[in-house]
Amino acid sequence: MPNPTRIEVNCTTGEVLEIELTDAEVAELAYQAELAADAKAEEDRIAAQRALDKAALLERLGITADEAALLLA
Amino acid sequence: MPTYTQIGTAQVAGVGGAVSFDFTSIPNTYTDLVVVTSTRASLDVVSASVKLNGATANRTNRMLYGTGSGVASETGTTIYAYGNVNASARTANTFASTTYYIPNYKGSTAKSLSIDAVEENNGTTAFSSIVASLWNDTAAITQITITPDIGTFVQYSTAYLYGVSNA
Repeated sequence: MPNPTRIEVNCTTGEVLEIELTDAEVAELAYQAELAADAKAEEDRIAAQRALDKAALLERLGITADEAALLLA
Repeated sequence: MPTYTQIGTAQVAGVGGAVSFDFTSIPNTYTDLVVVTSTRASLDVVSASVKLNGATANRTNRMLYGTGSGVASETGTTIYAYGNVNASARTANTFASTTYYIPNYKGSTAKSLSIDAVEENNGTTAFSSIVASLWNDTAAITQITITPDIGTFVQYSTAYLYGVSNA
């Protein structure tokens, strides 16, 4: 697959340039995507753990989520 | 009555995608600017960011958004919207539709920008948002750059820039 491009449109002359990224720029792009994926995985892990903690707490208290919401309203 | 003049067209032609749409040398002969995009990302991301004249300072962003199952709001110091690019996880070959409106782009006061964005998906999740942004700068806007927050705009994504007269 060819490298991605940057599309530049000169609105005065109408010239359109599709500039192919260098291999180094593509590597940086992949690195940034990897960082973002790691961050999302961590967010998902925290959210899943929070849901588990919440369910465990409700079970200990012996109330439903709706009843807990009523208490906090 | 406002008149819309198309002054820039960008389309991703290649299968490799594009990392940005960059409208440069925008003439100062109009009243307002409008950008209309139809975009899809190569990765699971629902937002693309906007830079005016390449600036990264003095920006504020306030967004109300829906996901298909909930609503929320966000504030930030970059200009972005949820749903201004279709995530790769959405139905194949569907694209997000977004309009960016920039009034008084050549004025010598702060520049405001509104964004109206919506994803397309044959499923229960689709982000949509409305955004109020400000770039607190006195320079006339001569460049608009739109970049997916990660990944690339896929093939057939498009962006059109219009100059609005008599708005």
